[in-house]
Amino acid sequence: MRPAAPKILVVNGRSVRLTAADRRKNLLDFLREDLDLTGAKRGCGIGVCGACTVLADNRPLRSCRTLVADVLGRRLTTIEELAAPDGSLHPLQRAFIDAGAIQCGYCTPGMVLTAHAFLLKHPEPSRAEARRAISSNLCRCTGYQQIIEAILAAAPAYKKKE
Amino acid sequence: MKEKAWRNDAEAKVTGRARYTDDLKIAGMLHAVPVYGDDVHAKIVAVDTEAAAKSKGVVRVVTARDVPGGNRGGQILKDVHVLADDKIRYHGDVAAVVVAVTRPQAVAAARRVCVFVEPLPEILDPDEALAPGAPLVHEEHGTNLIHRHVIHRGDVARGFAESAFVVEEEFRTPFVEHAYLEPEAALCHVREDGVVEVRGSMQHPYSTRRFVAEFLGLPLARVEILGTPMGGGFGGKDDTAALVCARTALAALLTGRPVKMTYDREWSMRESYKRHPYRMRYRMGVGADGLIRAVRCRIVADGGAYCSVSPWVTWRSTVQCCGPYVVPHVDGEVSSVYTNHVFTGAMRGFGSPQVNFAVEQLVEIAAERAGLSGVEFRRRNMVRRGSTTITGQVLEGHAVSMSEVLDRVLAASGYEEKLARSSRGRGEGDYYGIGLAMSYRGVSLGAEGTDVCAAVVSVQFDGSVLLEVGVHENGQGAESAMILLLAEELGVDRGAIVYRRPSTSSVPDSGTTVASRATIMGGGAVSRAAAEVRRQMAGAVADDLGCRPEEVRFVGGRLTAPGGRSVGFAEAAQRLYRNQKYPYALGVFPAPHVDWDESCGQGRAYFTWVYGCQAVELAVGRRTGRIKLLNAWAAHDVGRAVNRASLLGQFYGGMAMGAGYGLFEEAVMEEGRPCSLNFDTYRIPRSTDLPEMTAIIVENRDPLSPSGAKSIGEPSNEIMAPAIANAYYHATGRRCLRLPVGGGK
Repeated sequence: MRPAAPKILVVNGRSVRLTAADRRKNLLDFLREDLDLTGAKRGCGIGVCGACTVLADNRPLRSCRTLVADVLGRRLTTIEELAAPDGSLHPLQRAFIDAGAIQCGYCTPGMVLTAHAFLLKHPEPSRAEARRAISSNLCRCTGYQQIIEAILAAAPAYKKKE
Repeated sequence: MKEKAWRNDAEAKVTGRARYTDDLKIAGMLHAVPVYGDDVHAKIVAVDTEAAAKSKGVVRVVTARDVPGGNRGGQILKDVHVLADDKIRYHGDVAAVVVAVTRPQAVAAARRVCVFVEPLPEILDPDEALAPGAPLVHEEHGTNLIHRHVIHRGDVARGFAESAFVVEEEFRTPFVEHAYLEPEAALCHVREDGVVEVRGSMQHPYSTRRFVAEFLGLPLARVEILGTPMGGGFGGKDDTAALVCARTALAALLTGRPVKMTYDREWSMRESYKRHPYRMRYRMGVGADGLIRAVRCRIVADGGAYCSVSPWVTWRSTVQCCGPYVVPHVDGEVSSVYTNHVFTGAMRGFGSPQVNFAVEQLVEIAAERAGLSGVEFRRRNMVRRGSTTITGQVLEGHAVSMSEVLDRVLAASGYEEKLARSSRGRGEGDYYGIGLAMSYRGVSLGAEGTDVCAAVVSVQFDGSVLLEVGVHENGQGAESAMILLLAEELGVDRGAIVYRRPSTSSVPDSGTTVASRATIMGGGAVSRAAAEVRRQMAGAVADDLGCRPEEVRFVGGRLTAPGGRSVGFAEAAQRLYRNQKYPYALGVFPAPHVDWDESCGQGRAYFTWVYGCQAVELAVGRRTGRIKLLNAWAAHDVGRAVNRASLLGQFYGGMAMGAGYGLFEEAVMEEGRPCSLNFDTYRIPRSTDLPEMTAIIVENRDPLSPSGAKSIGEPSNEIMAPAIANAYYHATGRRCLRLPVGGGK
């Protein structure tokens, strides 16, 4: 028996070589423990709270309920990739800060990525659509109001991109 | 253009760079996990750790036998067994801690620890717990009564005799989970200087230090708690957080290696304390003039297995048991009782959400009997400037703005018109209604305990400033508020100030960051320290500026004399250094005077109060019974807004948490075992559960607060549930005397 050929995982544009043991790992654990990408958080471990959200091909994914093997060949984005390489913030990140949408910050990475994926598809959302877009992510601090304002404030930046 | 929000930690949090406890690693670090028994009340015969100790990767299994110091902790009564020894008293008691090379190894080995017990009769009902002959949760305490507060004012018999009618109701509220998004975590190691260094998710570093030091048998100076970003607390990261840190610190001490313990959500919800369930029996007598004559109340709180801060929580309930109303004759009793439920302690509101749920409905029930509107009844009875509270405190020395917040909410919500349109169980289609509630809230700890806070301001040679304050960043923005206040006091740009995360070794014990006290107490300490630094710096330059030191103004990064001559802030600092002096001060703010007579429940309970009013507009499905919130308004007199966006965040966040309490939150117990162990079975509000919220900031600067600011974190949270209950009544014609409203549909 030959060992299986190593597979590649693409995270934040970087190719990561995987061992067979890596592929069996929980994606959130792998990101946090092996790649030291600790922006994604473990809030519930059962895929309900959304703190572990990362993007796979720009779609939100609950990394706490995903195996590394399940996302081979897909392009993963974590919160660490959203700012530009020179450290300048993404307009959505700027909007979160300016709107006062951040308190304890534990839900923030998942919330920002969920909102990012939503705005990529819906660059002109209504307030109600923005509210629905983040219903998958729990926040105990903010009451969501300033998060919704941040999403609406950032939307024009997505429209220009197209 | 709206003013842009600012906080010192926002960029780190929005980029994922902020490192919470579980995000940190130390070379050679081990992992620890807790071991629970399966009982709720049992005598421990033995804890068999042999199989676990032999498991792969296991370095050590820690039990009560290994404790070098005192195994009893607690802020009021030392009744918590940090590691269970004689008995299991609730389902979350920790019998052992398994320490292994990896976390999965520790988790696997934990299953092989056996807790052998002899079951004891369970005590789950507080009333039964108080019955003669009931089994005891803590035999050495001699009774299951943790504490009973009384309040005796006037003569209730006379008050009821003078009443035209009496209303009588019983209200109940459930266990509620804090549901901070970050579960408990701790990372501890023994430093080369012998100091046990602790990082963890907590909101009371000084209490954690006491727990750890006592548990390890070390002096306080040998334990250092370092502030670390934390994912929410809401009052819930006090005792349990300290216990997690203490056990982790012991594991580090015994193994000689760094140890991390990160909780799963299930462990957190099983073990961590909850908001007290209350059973509240009220009688209220009202005169023909619509004035409240007398209130008699008997309130029983389920304290669960340990005392925690139950006597303090129930003290606030006692002081605020009649809401913001003048009542000449009061006879109240508020008891907290041991049971074998999960223990209960601090949670946002701290004993006020329960009594507000009762009183704010009771006044509307009474108003209806009196033939008055709820608003008119409140106006006749609410406190005003110079009023005497039910504890005999005269409200003076600050703006008593009860009617102002009420008027602001009535106007903003269009209340009277919407109330007239409320369906009251009639009509077709979904029911519709609006309701409101109001409160006054004693600020900070009050007569509950020692209330003092310290701040250190140290101006550097180049004019940059280091600030440390004994308040903790729980996520609310405490650090940013302190920076903004100091920037104003010193007349420098906020960017010149660095908030140095304080350690318990560098700032004197300033108590806990709860009770909505960070801004008022921390801000007071910052003001005092800044005043001293200004005195020092002005003294160094006054002669050159040709004025007296007290005439020097600190504005725009300069020290300026009345005639306009000025010197730069950095230059002034440098003069002090060159004269072998430091622009440095420790500022201390002791809370203004309060007093209390526990024998009759009378005294000046709090040095100042926050006045608040909230309204809710909702629809109720006629067939489904489902409640849909349509709008919500809140007005609170916060004294003064320090950081407007963060203040709004406290309004919205408090209202959201209050909406969860009103609509569906309940930590269900079955035979003492919690059924709600994660967010699939414990529901907190999602964005789609909430309406658009309107925050109305009322600012009457408080003369007793050096910064002028008061509080908002808890005021915003404590009256949402009764506002929902009143709106539900106006919609359906049905009173909900139990939370959640409408049965939690």
